[in-house]
Amino acid sequence: MKKTLFDKVWDSHVVRSIKDGPDVLFIDRHMVHEVTSPVAFLGLKNRKLAVLHPERTFATADHNTPTINQHLPVADPLSRNQLKALEENAKTHGISYWGLGHQKNGIVHVVGPEYGITQPGATIVCGDSHTSTHGAFGAIAFGIGTSEVEMVLATQCIMQPKPKKMRITIDGKLNHGVTPKDVALFIISKLTTSGATGYFVEYAGEVFRDLSMEGRMTVCNLSIEMGARGGMIAPDEKTFEYIKGREYTPQGASWDKAMGYWETLYTDEGASFDKELSFDGSEIDPMITFGTNPGMGMSITKAIPKAEEVEGGAATYAKSLAYMGYEEGESMLGKPIDYVFIGSCTNGRIEDFRAFANIVKNKKRAENVTAWLVPGSHKVLNAIKEEGLLEILEKAGFQLREPGCSACLAMNDDKIPAGKYAVSTSNRNFEGRQGPGARTLLASPLVAAAAAITGKITDPRTLI
Amino acid sequence: MAYDSFHILKSTAVPLPIENVDTDQIIPARFLKATERKGFGDNLFRDWRYDQEDSPKEDFVLNNPIYRGKILVGGHNFGSGSSREHAAWAVYDYGFRCVVSSFFADIFKNNCLNIGVLPVQVSAEFLNTIFETITHNPKTELIVDLPQQKIQINSTGASENFEINAYKKENMLNGYDDIDYLNNIKSEIQDFAENTPL
Ligand code: SF4
Repeated sequence: MKKTLFDKVWDSHVVRSIKDGPDVLFIDRHMVHEVTSPVAFLGLKNRKLAVLHPERTFATADHNTPTINQHLPVADPLSRNQLKALEENAKTHGISYWGLGHQKNGIVHVVGPEYGITQPGATIVCGDSHTSTHGAFGAIAFGIGTSEVEMVLATQCIMQPKPKKMRITIDGKLNHGVTPKDVALFIISKLTTSGATGYFVEYAGEVFRDLSMEGRMTVCNLSIEMGARGGMIAPDEKTFEYIKGREYTPQGASWDKAMGYWETLYTDEGASFDKELSFDGSEIDPMITFGTNPGMGMSITKAIPKAEEVEGGAATYAKSLAYMGYEEGESMLGKPIDYVFIGSCTNGRIEDFRAFANIVKNKKRAENVTAWLVPGSHKVLNAIKEEGLLEILEKAGFQLREPGCSACLAMNDDKIPAGKYAVSTSNRNFEGRQGPGARTLLASPLVAAAAAITGKITDPRTLI
Repeated sequence: MAYDSFHILKSTAVPLPIENVDTDQIIPARFLKATERKGFGDNLFRDWRYDQEDSPKEDFVLNNPIYRGKILVGGHNFGSGSSREHAAWAVYDYGFRCVVSSFFADIFKNNCLNIGVLPVQVSAEFLNTIFETITHNPKTELIVDLPQQKIQINSTGASENFEINAYKKENMLNGYDDIDYLNNIKSEIQDFAENTPL
């Protein structure tokens, strides 16, 4: 039987299949954070159950944490309480815990790969939908709800019907100034936010092969925004090179054994998908969103589409544009902005800061712009300092904050004020996502940098 | 037993004919700070329901006393966005036991099934019929029959069948959840764990 990459990983993790029902899927790695876990731990307590595999479970604090003065006690009592609950639950159950201030602390999907917890061919879950990020390594990784978090804590398994399979192939070369984020926003704009619902996606073709591991993570991260449960890319030399020698990566003989498995992880010639799509990489421009879901994206040089050109109800479309304060047919270039947010598990890695720094170097932050630069982890933060990027950023009038999810979901104090426009490198532009009334424009670190320098929406290619 | 069992639900319904209703609307992130599952219903659709001074917005359907019931009827692609189960909890805690739409986002649907809210997917035409009938007469009752996998508009008799995975259906009918099932096969899981490559 010819198998896809997804089949190979999924099938090798099925403990049993229930007739007319879901598969019982074994989970290799479980990432836990403070927001979606407390009720799950409470459930365990009520059922008098222990964590079955604490050594496969990893906890970090990120969603709710402040990004300044992390050495001080957390001011918000509710956040403090949630962080304390995670710390105590981790202790009670013998789970490794990278809390606030810990040198390994950071956004769950950034630290997983950094320490080699993320590995090819693994099944990885977390109570956060962007768990799809880890698919960049050829893992099956997806977000789960709190009942499922409890399930995995208690039994290291989850019950899921096997999703359908989609392959998205993009060949060709990306143009100058076009980043992985643009590739992802381009795909979502073609598929809409529900175009891949029910599917697990494999990304294939030259464009993805050419991407760095960081870039692959950005693409897989955004799979969920087209409705897919997750996305994955077959592991290759780049993947093995990236994970080799990391703290939780197998060493010595175990490495060789693991390699034996990893090298089988590709889609067999002739294996079938439920749906196949392909695009030409050279047709992708720098992208930006103009509406209130990630599917409402367009080439930065184009005009906002007219209601009749888009799928879905005109009333919903009008509501979305009204929220943004935009009109159909308008150009996005030159529109003023108020905030820039660079960070999140989508674009909060070292490459993203390199890209940002590259544009702002020897220039000055626009006076009308407030910029929040939030590294995805301490490791990223340290690299920014070591590589001399911090100096470049500070010279250009930017300050660096401490790691966390920050304005990606605005659970902490990093909220964009009502009515203000923010160019954000994160993943969601839903109404109020970055604070009540906030207006989010999703884009790449390059577009964010160009906006931060000019104070308005600017094609970054004019600055490179 | 994890939640109340679900058999036949006969109730009026609340219409929300908006597409792509995402989980940030169902429950905004700033209300996710609890460590217990309590009180989420109060913040269901918080920013559509209340203005910045916390006064109810009159034009939002949950603030319109004409519409009441245990069934929420939403537009296409309901529940997109994050994996937060808090969204499903908010729906449940507010008093809904069933959500009807022509399309659901995956994780939201799963979360609903895991906590005892029945997601019922109908055709776009039938969804329209439901919206029209309810708007015309808010007292319209819907009958959601899980054993028969059928949803019916009581006054007109118009109905449609819906799909649900046989295993999940059994769980809903009995109020069981997956942990009950998995706990019973723990030794099989442990044997499996010993032979995994990673
Ligand atoms: S950065 Fe945003 S999407 Fe990523 S884990 Fe944090 S909240 Fe979730």
